[in-house]
Amino acid sequence: MQEAMISKAKQLLADGTVTRVIGWKKGEFAYDITPAIFESSEEIDRDFVYDDFTSTNVSKYLVKESKKEGKILAFLKPCDTYSLNQLTKEHRVDRDNIYVVGIPSDGKLDIEKIKAKGITGITGVERDGETLKISTVYGDETMSVADVMSNKCISCKSKKHVTYDELIGEDGEVITSDRFDMVEKLENMTSEERYNFWRGELSKCIRCNACRNVCPACTCENCVFNNPDSGVENKAAADSFEENMFHIIRAFHVAGRCTDCGECSRVCPQNIPLHLLNRKFIKDINSLYGEYQAGADTTTKAPLNDYTTEDCEASIVHERGVE
Amino acid sequence: MLKISVEKIDELFKAIAEKQTLYIPTDREDGASEYKKYEDGMKLSGNLNTLRSAKDFFFPQTENLADFKMEGKKIEVIDIREEAEDFVVFGVRACDARSFTILDKVFLSDPVDSYYKNRRDHGTIVTMACTKPAETCFCQTFGIDPTEPEGDVACWSDGESIFFKANTEKGQAFVDSVSGLLEDGDTTKLDETKAKTKEIMGKLPLANLSTEAFGGDKLMEHFKSEKWAELSESCLGCGTCTFVCPTCQCYDIKDFNTGNGIKRFRCWDSCMYSDFTKMAHGNIRNSQLERFRQRFMHKLVYFPSNNNGEFGCVGCGRCMSKCPISMNIVKVMKALEVK
Repeated sequence: MQEAMISKAKQLLADGTVTRVIGWKKGEFAYDITPAIFESSEEIDRDFVYDDFTSTNVSKYLVKESKKEGKILAFLKPCDTYSLNQLTKEHRVDRDNIYVVGIPSDGKLDIEKIKAKGITGITGVERDGETLKISTVYGDETMSVADVMSNKCISCKSKKHVTYDELIGEDGEVITSDRFDMVEKLENMTSEERYNFWRGELSKCIRCNACRNVCPACTCENCVFNNPDSGVENKAAADSFEENMFHIIRAFHVAGRCTDCGECSRVCPQNIPLHLLNRKFIKDINSLYGEYQAGADTTTKAPLNDYTTEDCEASIVHERGVE
Repeated sequence: MLKISVEKIDELFKAIAEKQTLYIPTDREDGASEYKKYEDGMKLSGNLNTLRSAKDFFFPQTENLADFKMEGKKIEVIDIREEAEDFVVFGVRACDARSFTILDKVFLSDPVDSYYKNRRDHGTIVTMACTKPAETCFCQTFGIDPTEPEGDVACWSDGESIFFKANTEKGQAFVDSVSGLLEDGDTTKLDETKAKTKEIMGKLPLANLSTEAFGGDKLMEHFKSEKWAELSESCLGCGTCTFVCPTCQCYDIKDFNTGNGIKRFRCWDSCMYSDFTKMAHGNIRNSQLERFRQRFMHKLVYFPSNNNGEFGCVGCGRCMSKCPISMNIVKVMKALEVK
C-alpha cells in the first residue's frame, strides 16, 4: 500500500493537481510516526510511511492546510473521511482545496499495548499476516496482531470512505461493531457505581488538553477554556467538580458532531476512556432521534440542529428516572 | 554492602511507613505505574518508570500560595504555609533523580522558593538502579549512569536482594533507621547485573545521541534555524510533553475567587499553550512555532547558558512515549545537529 501511495503522491505533485501532500513521516523507532506535510518527491521518497502505526487522523490539520495557497493531497483512512465530511459540513475546511485519496486500513496497532506486555528495548516491528514479530535488545518476541490492535480499530464502525476524489484499492462497507457494549455496561451500573467509575478515570486527568487539541470536532479558534476573559479559563482544575466538568462539557459541545474517530482516547497520556462519554451521546441520539452518524454526509441536518414534531419531549430525562 | 532479600521488601516498606509517609511506584489497573502513598499490601511496580515523573513531590501540578480575605476596604493576607511532614520517595530512577538537581537550580537559587524548599528539606529520595532500559531511554546522553543513580540513598537489585548505599546525611539517617532489617551482602551477582545493564545501554537505539551541537554558545544558529517550521508543523499545542517531563518547571500564578475570598494558586504552565507568557502588553510568542521552539531552546540552549553548561533534559523518554504525534526532543536534536 505504501508504494502505491508514494507513486500516487508523486504523480499528483508532478502533474500539478496538488502542491502539497499530508501523510505520515517515519520516526526514530518502528512506531513513532508523525503526521507531516510533504512538498517534493525527494521528501516523499525519504520519509513517507504508511504502516501499522499510522493511526493519526490527519483531517483536523486540513482546517489550516486547506486555507493555504494550492491544493493539498490528503490520504484518508475510512474513519478519517467521516471527520473531513463533518468539518466540510461545518464550513471549517475548504473541501475544494483538498484532493482526497481514500486508502484502506486493516486496523492500526497500539504500541502501548505491546509495551504493556513487558516488551521493551524495541528495535523493530514486523507484521506477518496475523502475527507480529518484534525485535528488541533483549531478544525477539512474537504475538498475535489481534492482541495489540488499537482500541479505536477494535470497535471499527466503517470500512467505507464517505468522501474521496480517488480510491486506492476497493472500498469497504459500514460494519456493525460492539462499540456500544461498554456504554450499556455503564448505563446498567447504579449511579454510585457509575460515579465511582468516572471519578476514578477523570481524577487521572492532567489537563494537558491533548484530547481537545486532537479532536476534529474541537475547532473553535479560541476555546472558552483558553480564554482568560471567559471566566472559566483554567490551566488546572480547582477541584474534582471542574475535573469532571471539563470533559463532560466538551462531550456536550461535540454531541451530534463527534464521528467517534477515537482520537481522544488514543492520545490521552493517562489512558482515560474519554470516547465513552461521546459514545453515550451517540447512543442516546440514535435512540431518541433515530440512527445518525455524524460525518456520513455533508448535507443532512444533525438531529440536535433540527426541530421536528416527532422529537422526544424534554420530559424524557424525567421519564428515564433517577435513582 | 548492606542489603535486604527481595522477599522481605514488604517488611522494609512497613517499617519505613511506620515512621514517615512513604511513596512507592505501584501499578494501576491499566498497567501504567504511579507513585502512591504506601499502604499494607501495596506492591512495588516492575515497570521501568512511572507515567508521571517524581517532580510532583516537590513541584506539584497545583498548590495554594496564599489566601486573601476582604472586609470592607481591609484586605487580610493569610499565609497558609505549613511545615511539610517528612516523607520518603522510594524507587526513583536515575533520570528523575537528576531532574531534582535541575529543579534545585531554578527553585533554590536566589530568591529561594520557600514552597519548593520546604518539601525538598523534608523529602528523602531513595533511588533504584535500572536493569531493563527501554528504547526511549537516553539518560546517558546527559552523562547519567542508570546503574549508579544519585539520591539520598541509592539502591540496586540483583534479582535476589536489594542493596543500599547512603549518599547524604539524610540518606544515612534513613539507612540507620531501617538497619535492623539489613544485613551485609556479597555484591558479585550485583556487579554482573550492572555490567549487563551497561552492555544493554550501549546497544540502545539512542546510545550515540550527542549534545555536542547544543549548549549556551549555540544561541543564534539554532534560534534562527529554518527547521523549526517543519518540526513544529504537526504539534497539536497540547501540554502532554511538558506535564510528563521531570524537568519542565514553568508555572503560572493566578487568583481564584472562591465566592468568599481569594485563593492565590500556582499551577504548571506549558510553553505549548497559546496564552503562555501572555502579559499585559500582549503575547511575545504568538505562533506554535515560537512556543515549540521555546521548549527545546530552553532545554538545549538557554538552560545550559544560565547553568554552567547543564542541559535541561535528563533523557527519561516520557515525551517520546506520550506525545500524541510522536514529536520529541530527540527528533529535534537530530534535525538541528545536521547543518
